[in-house]
Amino acid sequence: MPPSPCAICKTNRALILRPKNHQKLCKPCFLSVFESEIHHTITTNNLFHRGERIAIGASGGKDSTVLASVLKTLNERYDYGVELILLSIDEGIKGYRDDSLETVKRNAQQYNMPLTILGYSELYGWTMDQVVEQVGKKGNCTYCGVFRRQALDRGAARLGVKHVVTGHNADDVAETVLMNLLRGDLPRLSRTTSIITSTPSAALANPSSSSPSSPPSHTNIKRSKPLKYAYEKEIVLYAHHKNLDYFSTECIYSPEAFRGSARALIKNLERVRPSAILDVVRSGEDMARLVPGSDEGCGGGCESQGGNGGQIPVAEEEDGGCGSSGGRTVGGDMAAVERQLALNENAQENGLEVEIRTVGVKSQGCERSDSLRSDVVSLVNGKSGQRVKGQAFTPRKTPQRQVMGQCKRCGYLSSQEICKACVLLEGLNKNRPKNQIEVDGHGQEEANEAVDAIEVGLQQVKIEGI
Amino acid sequence: MSETKDGDTIPITVEFTGGLEMLFSNQRKHELKLPAKDESEEPANIAFLVRYLCENVMKDPRKDLFVLDDSVRPGILVLINDADWELEGEDMYEIQRRDNILFVSTLHGG
Repeated sequence: MPPSPCAICKTNRALILRPKNHQKLCKPCFLSVFESEIHHTITTNNLFHRGERIAIGASGGKDSTVLASVLKTLNERYDYGVELILLSIDEGIKGYRDDSLETVKRNAQQYNMPLTILGYSELYGWTMDQVVEQVGKKGNCTYCGVFRRQALDRGAARLGVKHVVTGHNADDVAETVLMNLLRGDLPRLSRTTSIITSTPSAALANPSSSSPSSPPSHTNIKRSKPLKYAYEKEIVLYAHHKNLDYFSTECIYSPEAFRGSARALIKNLERVRPSAILDVVRSGEDMARLVPGSDEGCGGGCESQGGNGGQIPVAEEEDGGCGSSGGRTVGGDMAAVERQLALNENAQENGLEVEIRTVGVKSQGCERSDSLRSDVVSLVNGKSGQRVKGQAFTPRKTPQRQVMGQCKRCGYLSSQEICKACVLLEGLNKNRPKNQIEVDGHGQEEANEAVDAIEVGLQQVKIEGI
Repeated sequence: MSETKDGDTIPITVEFTGGLEMLFSNQRKHELKLPAKDESEEPANIAFLVRYLCENVMKDPRKDLFVLDDSVRPGILVLINDADWELEGEDMYEIQRRDNILFVSTLHGG
């Protein structure tokens, strides 16, 4: 193949093929285009304002390293007048995080930025190594994800910083859009597509009094993703061509997390049609606009007037999963969704069967219903309000508006009385985790409960019929 | 091409980064002498190199982390002398002496 010239300068040999538009660029033109697009994202969304102190959530990985490098370059080139600092979270995983933290320390020197490292042990009294020792390797990602989410906000609050930027890229956002679509979680879809979110977080006035019981004062921590429209491929190429010092490894507790994940699907899509990633991101934004009562009528594009108006959507609560790779989902999640869908189908079929039988025995309280849930509920109600054992049918995550309040223990943003981190911590501290939140087992458990409930319901119907 | 005869080898440098080095004995840079012709006596191309790497260089049994459906796994970038392989004909690119072939994974976290 004859070498093609760069589409911009027309002289140098093209080395980069841009996924979003198939443009062929030489190295200097690519670096400059990449930077100016990030600049464009920052200015059109008014992400920064002069005098702001901004913490970069830094893991030592490619995304946050590129983010730090680009932001430093742009801040100098376009005189944003912002102060950039690095904030790293140490989960306490030996042989994984220690190495990447060394990279962050080098970055701090290379970019001349102050660095703060905050450990899970310091924040929660548990390192991930200790958590794994207690709960085992399965399901530990949930702890890590929940803790991590709050850790950045808490770290920022301690530093007196009101804005945290993270290295989430277009692939990350596309993956989240797909996952939330598959789960049918529209409110979260709308929140996660936004380029800016805010988290009412506990800002502890006195850094030493970090016990959960001390009364926290609340600040708004703004979060933004300046790399939201940047392809992961281009981020890696930018790091390569700029010779950036980054660290890539896999968490020892979740190796090959990308196998069977939505991430793999995204990468396959990209292979077939590279523009697909940005298309999914844009579609996510468009759908977010259509979500009734969404926090965000505008896909994150319209709060450009004056920054933190009431327009900024509240950040989502982290559902768990591996936070170490920028909100990436854990492997096998696609399989989990598929299993869930199959279960739903089964449940519906079972529901129909139950319905026929109940009609056969002429149960009075049975109305025509097409879901397993309402079926059994009506059956149970028919039997003078006797409850099916346990709470078999807490509604699944049907799209509903979350009412955000604050955790009674730590003051962190939460839709529950006690936030997830505090619930998990309580379990850990009691020496046995109460809430085994585990993506894989979840659907199965519910199915078992459903089957139990059907049996109970049938018995009741029979008794009544006799 | 005239300088290579049958049975000859091509000296090349193969590099693995972005986490891929873990699959190749934690060694980033490999100096190889690649057979000049593939199994069917065609000039060695990237597709052949990938097969060769799997059979001769990669000791890790998890081949599927590198290759999927007979091609480099989506999410792994291939740079031929720093140029995106898509600009060079992808796996049909015929390997030249002293080429530098870089495989970068985008799949691993930090």
